[in-house]
Amino acid sequence: MSMRPRTFRTPALVLKRRNFGEADRLLTLLTPLHGKFDAVAKGARKPASKKTGHVELFTRADVLIAKGRSMDILTQAEMTNPYLPIREDLIRGAYANYAAELLDRFTYDSDDTYTTTLFDLLDTTFARLCDDDDPRRVIRYYELRLLDEVGFRPELNECVVTHEDVQPTDQFFSFDGGGVVSPQGSAHSAGLVSLPVVTLKLLRHMQRSAYQQVGALTVQDSLHSDVERVMLGYITYILENRLQSIAFIHRIRQFNS
Amino acid sequence: MSNAIPEPVTKLIEALGALPGIGPKTASRLTYFLLRAPSELSTNLADALHDLKTKTTFCSNCGNITVDDPCPICSNANRDHRTIAVVEEPLDLIAIERTGTYDGAYHVLHGVISPVNGVGPDDLNIAQLIKRLTEGNVLEVILATNPGMEGDATAMYLRGELTQHSVKITRPARGLPTGGDLEYVDTVTLMRALQGRSEM
Ligand SMILES: [Zn+2]
Repeated sequence: MSMRPRTFRTPALVLKRRNFGEADRLLTLLTPLHGKFDAVAKGARKPASKKTGHVELFTRADVLIAKGRSMDILTQAEMTNPYLPIREDLIRGAYANYAAELLDRFTYDSDDTYTTTLFDLLDTTFARLCDDDDPRRVIRYYELRLLDEVGFRPELNECVVTHEDVQPTDQFFSFDGGGVVSPQGSAHSAGLVSLPVVTLKLLRHMQRSAYQQVGALTVQDSLHSDVERVMLGYITYILENRLQSIAFIHRIRQFNS
Repeated sequence: MSNAIPEPVTKLIEALGALPGIGPKTASRLTYFLLRAPSELSTNLADALHDLKTKTTFCSNCGNITVDDPCPICSNANRDHRTIAVVEEPLDLIAIERTGTYDGAYHVLHGVISPVNGVGPDDLNIAQLIKRLTEGNVLEVILATNPGMEGDATAMYLRGELTQHSVKITRPARGLPTGGDLEYVDTVTLMRALQGRSEM
């Protein structure tokens, strides 16, 4: 926990937003230095309020926070990036929801251990979701980076059972072990899912590369589905329940196809 | 709370404190006000609270809160039932009614799609809307959800669900708030207001 001044100015990403009281909103903000915390934006539901449009969900704003008696109060806000395409495209918006929900679930209030990295990660991910031609690739890359930061980096180079180097053949993945299980090791483990070598290769490439290199890659639909199967399985296992935003993404895909 | 406060008092403080926008201080103040006020005030309040749940229901057609089902708007022959304005909450319906310029019908969703807050399409009154489109001769659906991430996403989702029905789908124009200064208006609102400008 950091000692926070009574008032401070900070960049913030709006992760969540709930109506509060008569015309206020309760915001969950992610900031580079003070982590994730809730703040009340008074009057923010009134259209003529100076704060209204400046504290929209999944936007970046410069905010002024004052410590109230029981809660933090957002006293001023100026939007610095609206990430417009996220609001104008249902699927890009649904991925933004997922990115925010995932970060929210993996972090605790006011924990500032790795927040600068997390802030930058979500900020860049929102930006990429706006203009990248493959938002699904953006999301997979984001998941791997986020898991790195919060201590759940999947082990893709050595078998988590035998501890031998993983060979370029079809393997298994253990949600419980958090990594690859080789065919040799699989005899001694339960609850494994298959990990075809093409899926493994893409995951390893994404895990060790900068996004510029990953972004140059064209990923076929079938490979996308398989990487998604493994990643969502692993993440759902860690979080111990389903994420609402995943269900929504599947729903939209249904009527787009 | 200390034992010095009688149970009926603490019970009311707790009940009032559970309401949105009322903290423990306000709840106590209201409770002690009622204690001192003529008993008629408490009786009226209790009756009103009781009637609120026992005498109202949701309109089976549009989802609005009503005493009679269908609601007065749905059963009003003078209104244009070929146009449906879809709103998030009953209070939004009242806001549109207050303008006195809309004579169509309504549909209340009772919420907005917000995966981050755990609300998906199945949690909203959407199936009944589709049923209305399938049954009636609806010509236009106005997607009047709130402007903003969730309201926009809900409108886009509904557009996707409704395209198979041959209805005109519209969304209220987005503009600058009356009485606001241009310099304080956020980028999104300003951009949309410029896109939607009209000749004068
Ligand atoms: Zn009705």
